[in-house]
Amino acid sequence: MTTQNRGTVKVENGRYRVTGNFHYAYPNEPIRDESGKLLGITNPADMTHIHAYGGEAPFFENLSNAKLLGTKCANPKCETYGSVYIPYRIHCPDCLMRNEEVDLTELARKGASVHTFMITERTGAFNTLEKPIRFVNVEFEGVSTILMGYLSIGEPKIGMKVVPIFQTKNPTFTIMDLSWVPAGTSAADLPEGFAF
Amino acid sequence: MIKFSKQQLKIPQMSKPVYLVTGGMSKFDRAIPEKRTEELVIDAFLEAAEFIKKSPEELKKYIHSCYYGHFADHFGDQLLGEAVIHDRLGLDPLGNVGIKTGGATGGSTIWEAYKAVASGYSDTALAMGWERMDEVPTDEGNHYIASAADKDWETPMGHIYTGYYAVMAQKYWQVFGKEEESFRRTLAEIAVKNKGYARMNPHAQSPMKITVEDVLNSPIVAHPLRALDCCLMSVGASCVILADEKTAYEMTDNPLLLYTSAGSHTLRVADRRDMAIPLLPNESPDQYKDLGVRFPGGDRYPGFTGFLAARMAAYYAYGMAGIVDPTEDLDLVELHDAFTISDIQTYEDIGIRPYGEGRTYVESGDCYHTNPFTGQPGKLPANLSGGLIGCMHAVGATGIMQVIEVAQHIWGRWSEMHADEAKWKRFNRVKPDDWTDLQVKGAKRGMAISHAGVGSHVTATVLVHPDHQLKGRG
Repeated sequence: MTTQNRGTVKVENGRYRVTGNFHYAYPNEPIRDESGKLLGITNPADMTHIHAYGGEAPFFENLSNAKLLGTKCANPKCETYGSVYIPYRIHCPDCLMRNEEVDLTELARKGASVHTFMITERTGAFNTLEKPIRFVNVEFEGVSTILMGYLSIGEPKIGMKVVPIFQTKNPTFTIMDLSWVPAGTSAADLPEGFAF
Repeated sequence: MIKFSKQQLKIPQMSKPVYLVTGGMSKFDRAIPEKRTEELVIDAFLEAAEFIKKSPEELKKYIHSCYYGHFADHFGDQLLGEAVIHDRLGLDPLGNVGIKTGGATGGSTIWEAYKAVASGYSDTALAMGWERMDEVPTDEGNHYIASAADKDWETPMGHIYTGYYAVMAQKYWQVFGKEEESFRRTLAEIAVKNKGYARMNPHAQSPMKITVEDVLNSPIVAHPLRALDCCLMSVGASCVILADEKTAYEMTDNPLLLYTSAGSHTLRVADRRDMAIPLLPNESPDQYKDLGVRFPGGDRYPGFTGFLAARMAAYYAYGMAGIVDPTEDLDLVELHDAFTISDIQTYEDIGIRPYGEGRTYVESGDCYHTNPFTGQPGKLPANLSGGLIGCMHAVGATGIMQVIEVAQHIWGRWSEMHADEAKWKRFNRVKPDDWTDLQVKGAKRGMAISHAGVGSHVTATVLVHPDHQLKGRG
């Protein structure tokens, strides 16, 4: 069974234009017990979804430009006016007005620290990170929220200063293009494809 | 929201009281290759009918609308699976709806059925929940569960939900547990307790006679959590029947008053903004002023250490049932012990202990059926079913199983439902020689907490014997 010519998508005139294959069919197989009695079948599935980032697209696009974008409530009438959000929130959770985009790259480079972390050897199917994974939840001065990410170098500790790194070479345009390293890490030590 | 309006803090006022009439559950296991989901659902329904000495046909005649809890269409690989179940139960053409709120699905399903009866839409409603987590290998199961985190911002990181949860555990461990070996042992005791209670439950998937050392030596999942600190992945079904007063007393002579409430918080823990701690009736405005002094790093609320959803669910439920102090006013609880550490966090969120002091609920012996230090009945036994660690976590069924377990104690029928040799045999399980009756003597009131993920949804269901209602209820 071939899985070549996997599907790709473009948008033209506001519509998806798809080419290639978005699914591959495989035969099912019987499931039997020791005595040979039929209990069920396998149902293989290989499908590709088409997923829109919508208003969050600038965030994912800009990781590959080594930029960390957040948003800020710009509605002076809102009771939490001026709150800064990363994860990027398109709308303010309180007044629901459209937030203003803010570039948090410099703030992250200067003032990010580990709020909490986790090291795990266990992963689910489709994981692409090297194990053990070091999750870090990063807090920034003056930001209302705490961003989840992964540490590429060193051992995490609560309170440790970290700086963002970005997959600028062959970006995936996913959250995986953003990672963190201890402050003071040299550029020569960064993982392949990543830059400050 | 980080500030609440008066309207949002209203204690729910239902149009009429709602009663729990009966409940039933299937066997729970990691895989049940010999049965389709609808067979498990029918097992649960038959047990519920038998419990009040009705035939399935008689019980069905009372049902007017149906609420089906099923967390993951992915796992079952059947969209609109609720329609399949509804048909196989022979309940067409009654109205039915599927409910999904992650790990809290069971509790939310009861919440919906409760409102249907309280509003007068239905005199009797069925809340049935199930999950089929054996359709995929464990790593793919973990991927599916991780898909209940934010798909763009969290799931790509390891596709492992435990990781998203464990960052909270790490924070709690360092701030409130102070990384103390004694705290780590307290966590292990919860697993020993729940695995041990599961040994008395024929429905339970993972009964184990283990020690604290066994837990501490089990494989690391994500420090400080080890394999035996974590809940199960399960297959099974459970259901309850709710009714208004008149109908409930037609069906049985001993229905229980039921109150269900719900709270929520952001799917991503990332988005939880610092706020004031909403207080429960047994707390005072001053008591948390020095929390950050006593527990450095513990002054951000709920941060990564509290579940605001649980706190809000408890706030509403306590107001509805008239509970002031859960440890005094309740006789037992079933909590959502997804992990030993989140169990401790929940003790604080629902006011069994103040924030920062959850561990003392275990260390005092209060959470046991029999307090190991005094030999006397535990003050507020928790998870006598075995919980999610010992009994099961067939997600859509979990919150319903918990309510049934609590109810059986208040009905004084726990032993009957757990000692039955025929049931042990039917489930192909061996009843232990040292089987112990865990009936909480004289139980009048209890509560079950149903909880989703890192705290996105939580429901609280309080059961009260009608002769033992509390003053000051909403």
